[in-house]
Amino acid sequence: MTDSTREIVKKVLEGDIRTVARLIRDIDDNMPGIRDVLKALYPHTGKAYVIGITGAPGVGKSTLVDQMIKHLRQKGYTVGVLAVDPTSPFTGGAILGDRVRMQRHSMDKGVFIRSMATRGQFGGITQATRSAIDVLDAMGKDIILVETVGVGQDEVDIVKTAHTTIVVVIPGMGDDIQAIKAGILEVGDIFVINKADRDGADRTLMDLRMMLEMETDRERRDEWAPPILKVQAVFDIGVEELLETIERHRSYIIERYGDLKLRSDPKRVKESLIQMLKDRLFETFLERISKSGELERRVDEISKGILDPYSACDILLKEHVV
Amino acid sequence: MAERRIRVMVAKPGLDGHDRGARVIARAFRDAGFEVVYTGLHQTPEEIVEAAIQEDVDMIGLSSLAGAHRFLFPRLMELLKEKGVEDIVVCGGGIIPKDDIPKLKEMGIKEIFTPGTPLNQIVEWVKENVKPRGSG
Amino acid sequence: MGKVFNESVFKDIEEAQREWEAKFDQLCERAPERLKRFITVSNREIKRIYTPLDVKDLDYGRDLGFPGEYPYTRGVQTSMYRGRLWTMRMFAGLGTAKDTNRRFHLLVRAGQTGLSVAFDMPTLMGYDSDSPKAKGEIGRCGVAIDTVKDMEELFDGLPVDRLTTSMTINPPASVIWAMYIAAAENRGIPRHLLGGTIQNDMLKEFIAQKTFMLPPVPSVKLIIDTVEFGTRQVPKWNTISISGYHIREAGSTAVQELAFTLADGIAYTEAAIERGLDVDEFAPRFSFFFNSHIDFFEEIAKFRAARRMWAKIMKDRFKAKNPRSWWLRFHTQTAGCSLTAQQPYNNIVRTALEALAAVLGGTQSLHTNSLDEVLALPTEEAATIALRTQQIIGEESGVANTIDPLGGSYFVEALTNQMEEEAFEIIRKIDEMGGMLGAIEKHYPQQEIADSAYRYQLQIDSGERTLVGVNKYVTEEEIPVEILEIDDALEKLQVEKLHRIKEERDQAKVRESLERVGEACEKGLNVMEPVIEAVKNYCTLQEVCDVYRKVYGTYRDPGIF
Repeated sequence: MTDSTREIVKKVLEGDIRTVARLIRDIDDNMPGIRDVLKALYPHTGKAYVIGITGAPGVGKSTLVDQMIKHLRQKGYTVGVLAVDPTSPFTGGAILGDRVRMQRHSMDKGVFIRSMATRGQFGGITQATRSAIDVLDAMGKDIILVETVGVGQDEVDIVKTAHTTIVVVIPGMGDDIQAIKAGILEVGDIFVINKADRDGADRTLMDLRMMLEMETDRERRDEWAPPILKVQAVFDIGVEELLETIERHRSYIIERYGDLKLRSDPKRVKESLIQMLKDRLFETFLERISKSGELERRVDEISKGILDPYSACDILLKEHVV
Repeated sequence: MAERRIRVMVAKPGLDGHDRGARVIARAFRDAGFEVVYTGLHQTPEEIVEAAIQEDVDMIGLSSLAGAHRFLFPRLMELLKEKGVEDIVVCGGGIIPKDDIPKLKEMGIKEIFTPGTPLNQIVEWVKENVKPRGSG
Repeated sequence: MGKVFNESVFKDIEEAQREWEAKFDQLCERAPERLKRFITVSNREIKRIYTPLDVKDLDYGRDLGFPGEYPYTRGVQTSMYRGRLWTMRMFAGLGTAKDTNRRFHLLVRAGQTGLSVAFDMPTLMGYDSDSPKAKGEIGRCGVAIDTVKDMEELFDGLPVDRLTTSMTINPPASVIWAMYIAAAENRGIPRHLLGGTIQNDMLKEFIAQKTFMLPPVPSVKLIIDTVEFGTRQVPKWNTISISGYHIREAGSTAVQELAFTLADGIAYTEAAIERGLDVDEFAPRFSFFFNSHIDFFEEIAKFRAARRMWAKIMKDRFKAKNPRSWWLRFHTQTAGCSLTAQQPYNNIVRTALEALAAVLGGTQSLHTNSLDEVLALPTEEAATIALRTQQIIGEESGVANTIDPLGGSYFVEALTNQMEEEAFEIIRKIDEMGGMLGAIEKHYPQQEIADSAYRYQLQIDSGERTLVGVNKYVTEEEIPVEILEIDDALEKLQVEKLHRIKEERDQAKVRESLERVGEACEKGLNVMEPVIEAVKNYCTLQEVCDVYRKVYGTYRDPGIF
């Protein structure tokens, strides 16, 4: 371990805000040397309780997170927040606006809020967010809230790393509920109907209940039937109940797995190891063929009609991987 | 693959809610490929600096249209120094009388963009003057 | 009265126009038109020429009528400017109440017929001068008001029973208005004699200007309290000025300004009816406030369309019977966002054109911006030029000699129809979202405005849109403009004064009256009487607002891009 790595690790463990902020940036930018830091931090992780919050844009996730922070702080917990917003596919830029709704906590030393963009053109988003969770964990945050827009597979993967995953919907989104069925329904441990004062809240509740009952993973459902809660985050109605429900889910996990270390669950370990391998392999591979110019060459050949994309894959893979 | 992105914070210090400029510039920054963290309205200098540290931004862009720059901009610069993060580039924009500009620059604000400055000029300025940390 | 054009004329005109267009196209082959697209400031494409074919269906009685007659397209008053010119109402406020009072006396001596108060940011947000949030902002963009004492000084020596006073105040409007009423009553002037306007329009704050305190629903509740109180006790007061001005300044198009403003008006009307008021009791006291931007004809058409639309909304949607309820009376301010910091003297010309559009659009009162407004608060000299601009339009130019001189113009009538149609379509969408409160929650107007503002800026940057002195005809030399300086010492002065009052007042009375305000809030009663009593007992602006905040909660910026 180099001196600078040792210094960073020390400062993270001390909870130094600036070091943590910079390290997450380096993780996000995939800078050299971060792996050594993460390896050194790993033994210090596994203490925090991770809560994933996901749902379509506009359902009020950030407002809910803001209220959750308030309640968690009142109970004396320290809180880390990762708010993930999509990167514009056209420009690579992003407006990270979730922080706006949580900014009142910015002066609270017990709260660390970080906005992240999905970026993800190299498939690294899941890993970056997961590593950022580890960093917040190592810095000593008791509870980590990860807010993602639940639209793509990446986001679903992120919430898989959480102890408790909350899926947020709002009334009158009939079609959207259908849409989330495919990906997120299975990962939701708790469902929140936010803006529950709106017309159609009961209807949404019934729809959700039906969909959950139809779910195939009976084993899981028999042990933990995901509760559906009505919440009005703006008015702080139902948030306390949500936290109590999370607490119940936490007890359930301890009962089921013996402790909170999801990493001792072989199924989860395998999943995340495969994911990490996938990211690393892909990244290494892409970097190699980009730098050597092969990628561009094959692209050129395909666009000129000399080569078909299937053969291009075969060639590239044969040369470097298989 | 290692790739540094410019991260900027667009902030509205003070009570004035005229955020047309702040929002337009935030969009222009996004379209230039930057990651833009927006603080929302009615921020104190303390809140802005704390957020900038947590977000590890390379630059803070301040917008002021109601004369608050005279107290709030200097206060923000003071705080950056106190916290040891004076490497964050600060620039400002909005209704800021010409006579105030030299004073603001003296205290470390790198540039002031007055009304009518084209967006691409501001974006170019950022690309020229704000280097993501560790990229030279 | 029937159709303006006889069917039989259209065929000949159509034929002639086709020929003319062909000739034009031919010319274009040799020398193309000077622009690719001819667009308004709102990105509306304008045709080469307008003819009777564009207003085939025009029905004089149905679409225009005479001034003072339904649907009021040509003006709300029968005699319009032949009787009396519009009220030249210049917005002013700076520093302490005493400073502003001095400016008011000057304006009244210069011939101004109505006063208009600008408050500083802390006052606008419901904070006292000694709040940490107020630091650096006291008296900066308007006058600081903490207690009824400041209000008394503000109007000292001014005949408030004869002058009308307009106050640009929103979240704490109920408290500021209570202070005005209390100050007048302390001078022996009864409330029923008071005339004026409080802006008191929170919906446009959520949409555009972002001066907010409480969430939308209680914000509207307080507004309806003032409407109800005004209807019963201050009958000459306009308790709400439904404002498109700020929506436009935030970057909306003309049609968005029109639609969002009227949709706000619909929301307030519905809320007041729900309170149990009869529409004809309160609607006549509703007034409007529009922006006059640089696109001359589009603005005129907007004002005309607004009148006709509101008349229809009131008559058909709300079944108002009193013709006064059908009236859309409005104040206009020239567009601050159209002014440039570069070559600031050009702003005099811009403002003159915008003022002219407002006059041709039939405004009831007008504020003209000063040339230096984009740089800082206006100096006295600049404010005087702005006022003179109105006087020249009114008394030299002759444009006020006849009513609605552009009525019947093919272009203006076609534009008026088009804008009405588009605005009603937007209002329909808002209705589907559950009215303006629903639309705001869905961030619909906020998002639409953000999009328009960004597009406008990109057009300027690309040079598709010309801004003289900014992206064309740029000069290097600096034109020095005198800038008004606000004395930094006034902060201390204002805070000291506030502390003195807080020490000297009857603390028991303060506590009691604040409790009564809280009670009214919690029980859903009208807050106005308790608030008037509280401010008479020297409760401060923030103390009353804090009671509101405690009961109703606060609203935070949702940050929409």
